[in-house]
Amino acid sequence: MEIFLLVLAIFMIIGSIIAIENRNLLSAVISAGVVGFCLSIAFLMLGAPDIAITQVVVEILILVILIRATITIDNTSIGKPVDMLPIVSSLIFFGLFLIFAFFAVREIPQFGEPLMRVSQRYLEAGPDETGAMNIVTSVLLDYRGYDTLGEVTVLFTSVVGAFVILRRRGRKHKREADTEKVGILEDEDIKKNFEGF
Amino acid sequence: MNLDKELFDPKAGMTQIVKTIVRFAIGIIFIFGAYVVLYGHLTPGGGFAGGVILAAGFIVLTLAFGRRVSLSKLSDAVASVLDNSGALMFLVIALLGYTGGWFFLNFLAYKGEPFRLVSAGTIPLSNIVIGIKVMSSLFAVFVALSIFGRFISTLVDEEETGRE
Repeated sequence: MEIFLLVLAIFMIIGSIIAIENRNLLSAVISAGVVGFCLSIAFLMLGAPDIAITQVVVEILILVILIRATITIDNTSIGKPVDMLPIVSSLIFFGLFLIFAFFAVREIPQFGEPLMRVSQRYLEAGPDETGAMNIVTSVLLDYRGYDTLGEVTVLFTSVVGAFVILRRRGRKHKREADTEKVGILEDEDIKKNFEGF
Repeated sequence: MNLDKELFDPKAGMTQIVKTIVRFAIGIIFIFGAYVVLYGHLTPGGGFAGGVILAAGFIVLTLAFGRRVSLSKLSDAVASVLDNSGALMFLVIALLGYTGGWFFLNFLAYKGEPFRLVSAGTIPLSNIVIGIKVMSSLFAVFVALSIFGRFISTLVDEEETGRE
């Protein structure tokens, strides 16, 4: 099974390299999607269906949003300046990384043998203490509720940021900007503005 | 799916084939999302995954039928209100743990028997709240990026007026 995981990892690396090097934005987005789908298969192989479901669904959503955003903006005319300095320096740092990784990887524990013993306690006492039969959910929402609260805060902040940045004018100038308002709309505005579509 | 005659515009969105298939599939998508949210404490899934499935259902509606249909089902003002109230409700559930002692205490843990829908105390409640929050916030981000964005919307408007 580790060979299968290695094949998936190589596939992911190839996909991300194509995504970086490709000049066409649409095919770059699609090949970046390879990474997410391979990752979800890897999670499924490792016995984590919860994360695999989330990964697949989020990947589809991100692909749709990115394609919707990039399909109208196709700047294929990005020039590619040939400069030796970035290539040489990145090769040097990659070599340094390989040298240190060679010594570091031997020290980390074997695959599937975590250092932390607390997960054993979650597995043993989780169903009795929380009553949830899905251990992952009991960890997410009971033992590690703080983490989920942080995740919810991150989502909330991202929505606030998207609405603030992408709104053309503030709510104060709503009446003045009546003709070209694109911000947060109310129901009658939707009916009025989208009459033609 | 029951569509308003007034909202339904045959020119908006994608072709008739896509519309017919979406009409069949959209109910199943929403039922599956609700199932993943509600049974998150018994089967794989949970609030986040189910919420993303529900948001994807709304996005499918937007892509297939045009913006008016999906915005009439869940307008972005309602979505932002749901988003805020979902985050607040999750915080309230966490704070209610203080009734038994400390933050995030599962104060209902011993009510209900295992493997039933009503079990595991506050965990299903948190799942529902997070599902609503994730659904509305991801749909709101999609709406903000693809419909209301200053950058994109001018291009989309040009594209649509060009088509007519």
